[in-house]
Amino acid sequence: MARMNVNPTRMVLTTLKRQLKTAVRGHKLLKDKRDELMKEFLDLARENKILRKEVEEELMRVYSSFTIAGALMSPQMLTEALMASTFSVGVDVATKNVMSVNVPVFTATQEEGSKANIYPYGFAATSSELDAAIKAMSEVFPRMLELAEKEKQAALMAEEIEKTRRRVNALEYVKIPQLSETIRYIRMKLDENERGSQTRLMKVKDMIAVEAIQERRQETEAAIAAYERSV
Amino acid sequence: MYKIAAIGDQESVLAFEAFGLLAVPCDSPQAAAKAMRKIADECAVIFLTEQLAAQMPAEIAKYEERVTPAVILIPSVKGSLGIGMNAISSAVERAVGVNVFADSEDA
Repeated sequence: MARMNVNPTRMVLTTLKRQLKTAVRGHKLLKDKRDELMKEFLDLARENKILRKEVEEELMRVYSSFTIAGALMSPQMLTEALMASTFSVGVDVATKNVMSVNVPVFTATQEEGSKANIYPYGFAATSSELDAAIKAMSEVFPRMLELAEKEKQAALMAEEIEKTRRRVNALEYVKIPQLSETIRYIRMKLDENERGSQTRLMKVKDMIAVEAIQERRQETEAAIAAYERSV
Repeated sequence: MYKIAAIGDQESVLAFEAFGLLAVPCDSPQAAAKAMRKIADECAVIFLTEQLAAQMPAEIAKYEERVTPAVILIPSVKGSLGIGMNAISSAVERAVGVNVFADSEDA
C-alpha cells in the first residue's frame, strides 16, 4: 500500500494519528449504517416483490373488466360516462427518515369538493360491468399506492446503500491502510533520526574526550620538560 | 397535495381516468417523456406502462434519485413484461452486490 507523500515530522505524525482515529471511527459508524440499511432494505424489497406480483395480477383483472365494460358499451358512451369524473384522488407526501435517507410516505387523499361517489356517471346509460370495473379499480388502487411508496423507498435506499458501501470500502481498503502505513513510516523515520543523533552525540563525546586526553598529555609533557630543564 | 398520474396507451389509462387520476394517453415514448417532464413537479406518483417504459429507460433514470415523483411501472392491457419485477431485482443487486432473491424467482 502506497504511503502518502508527507514530511516525516512529529507534527505530521500527530495530525495523521488524529486522522486515523477519525477514519476508524467513521468506518465503524458507516459499517453499522450499511448493515442496518441493508436489513431494512431487504425486508422492504421482499415485501415489495410480493406486493408487485399481486398488484400486477389484480391490475390485469381490472383491465380485463374494463375491456368487458368497453365491449358492452360503445366507446363514445364509455368516454362520455367517464369524462365527467367528479371523483379525484390526490396524494399527500410526507417524508420519513430511515438511517438518514429521506423516503416518501404517501397518503391518498380525495380532492376537496369531490363526492365520495366513485362512479362519475348516471346508472341509466351504463352497464353494470363498468360499475364492477371501477369498483375493482378502487380496490386495487390503495395497494398500488402502497407499491409506489415501497418501490420508491427501496430505490432510494438501494442508492444510499451503494454509496455507503463504497465509503466503507474506501475507508477500509484505502484510507486506513494508507494512514497506518504512513504513520509507521514516520515513526520509523523519527526513530532512525533519533538513533542517528544519539550516535552523533556519542561520537562527539568521544572526540571531546580524546582532545582532553591529548591536552592533559601535552600538559604533562610540558611539565616534565620544564622539570628536566630546571634540574 | 400532489396529483397521481398514469401515462400509457389509451386503453390502459382509461381505467385510471375512471378512478380520477390524471391520465395521459401517449402512443410514443417521446410523447410520454415529454408528458412526464411536464407533470413531474405536480405529481408525486406517476404510473407508467411497461410497454412505454421499455423504450425510455434514460428518462426514467432521471427521476430515480428524486424523492418525488415516484415513477412506478405497471403492466399495460397487453400484459406484464416483467420490467417492474426486474427493477426490484436490480435494486437489490445494486445494494447488496448480488441478487439474493435470484433463487426465489423460479418459485
